[in-house]
Amino acid sequence: MNPSISFFYFLSFLTVFSALMVVVAKNPIHSVLYLILTFFTLSGHYILLNAQFLAAVNIIVYAGAIMVLFLFVIMFLNMKQDEVETKANLTKIAGTIVGGTVFVILFGAYRKTAIPAFDPQSYQSQVGMIESLGHLLFKDYLLPFELISILLLVAMIGAVMLGKREIGERHF
Amino acid sequence: MELTEFTIKSITIVAVFALTLVIAMYSTWAERKVAGFIQDRRGPNRAGWGGLLQPMADAGKMFFKEDFIPALANKWLFIAGPSLAMLTALLASAVIPFGSTFRFNGVEVPLQGVESNIGILYVFGVVALGVYGIMIGGWASNNKFSLLGAIRAASQNISYEIAMGLSLIAVLMMSSSLSLGEIVSQQHGGNWNIFYQPLGFIIFLTCSFAECNRVPFDLPECETELVGGYHTEYGSMKLGFYLFAEYINMFISSAIISTLYFGGYNYPGMDWVYNQLTSAMGTATGHNIATLIGTAVFFGKALFFVFFYMWVRWTIPRFRYDQLMNLGWKKLIPLAIINIILTAAGILFLKPIITQILN
Repeated sequence: MNPSISFFYFLSFLTVFSALMVVVAKNPIHSVLYLILTFFTLSGHYILLNAQFLAAVNIIVYAGAIMVLFLFVIMFLNMKQDEVETKANLTKIAGTIVGGTVFVILFGAYRKTAIPAFDPQSYQSQVGMIESLGHLLFKDYLLPFELISILLLVAMIGAVMLGKREIGERHF
Repeated sequence: MELTEFTIKSITIVAVFALTLVIAMYSTWAERKVAGFIQDRRGPNRAGWGGLLQPMADAGKMFFKEDFIPALANKWLFIAGPSLAMLTALLASAVIPFGSTFRFNGVEVPLQGVESNIGILYVFGVVALGVYGIMIGGWASNNKFSLLGAIRAASQNISYEIAMGLSLIAVLMMSSSLSLGEIVSQQHGGNWNIFYQPLGFIIFLTCSFAECNRVPFDLPECETELVGGYHTEYGSMKLGFYLFAEYINMFISSAIISTLYFGGYNYPGMDWVYNQLTSAMGTATGHNIATLIGTAVFFGKALFFVFFYMWVRWTIPRFRYDQLMNLGWKKLIPLAIINIILTAAGILFLKPIITQILN
């Protein structure tokens, strides 16, 4: 078998396995660690698709910053003592329905899409590199890009407002 | 052809790996010598000449101690903590250019593990992962002080990463490339980034002190408040790995500082030396010797910054935790943003004027 294809299958197995372990693991810390592993395998997929910038940014933003905060909060909450078994059946049923619906939608979308065949003549190896990505973002998709940055700015201001100490509020 | 390239690359990678470990090992010796010099005492002087065998003695001691895991600790994560710290510390050296090219049988191979066009982002990602070793180890110890040390390390690293990334952006705007090899070769001929980015350099240096958990930012292992911080419960080689990872991080960050701001393997009078060597010894041998001189210069720069880390450690007292957070969020981040704006303005307006005057 082609080495990149066998690598793809290995990586996909690892991705699905660690994603399942996020749900199955009893200890929340283990869940978070498996989620970090999932992000790493996803970055591996990006590298296989020749999108190096996306792979690096995925690691920096998700594994490096967001998951550290997840771990941080879960470590502080110290959820080891109280068991997670007390979840009501209703939550489980709702979760199953939501997950099943997402699966059905994804499967339907997958069946409808026509995947274009690989053509070595017209294929550009530089398409996932940072230069072409920058040209795309700042030329073709400038308005959505700026709108997203405004959205992020609004979210940031909201977070600062929530975290701000009110006048007269007691602090220790 | 392929085989020569592969062999030279493998030799480079193994040599860099070994050198990193040896330098980290002898940094422990140098740290004590520098501390001794600054505090007007001798430092280690019993094992070997000038205490040069002291790192071996320490390693032997750590290996032969009992490998102990506390009863209520999470066993696997307790072991994973120091392993991860060591792994992330060693990963970053893959993309650092240690010298220009090496010529052999007509093939030119750069002295760099991987020449990647996202080099600096890779380094940044590895640095961002560095905190996991400390966090996992601190939590798995099942000790309040260890947990507090781990939490401090995490919040400190996240806070200082932002300012570090912003100060990097100014460098990237000037080089318009993410590849470390490209950034170094652009600084050829005394064109070092430190002359254009003094403010960015100071921000980057401060942030790398914080990322390495060195004094004055070593709050995660602050012994006056937290016993031993995140490694309170650790002993034997697992503790050794944590301390070793810190020294490796120090060396790697010094190497990155000299790559980004001090021209890497470039030195004044480089072209003259190169011409003399190639005319005296032929293109291949002369080129290779010139490359090796450049590599030596690079290591000299990096080791100077390792010394600087030690100098600061024995000179400046530790910050208080709220001072650390205020410095990170309220001073360094605004400064870094101002630096970006100044750099952008310089590139847009100042650079055309200067080139016009010069021509």
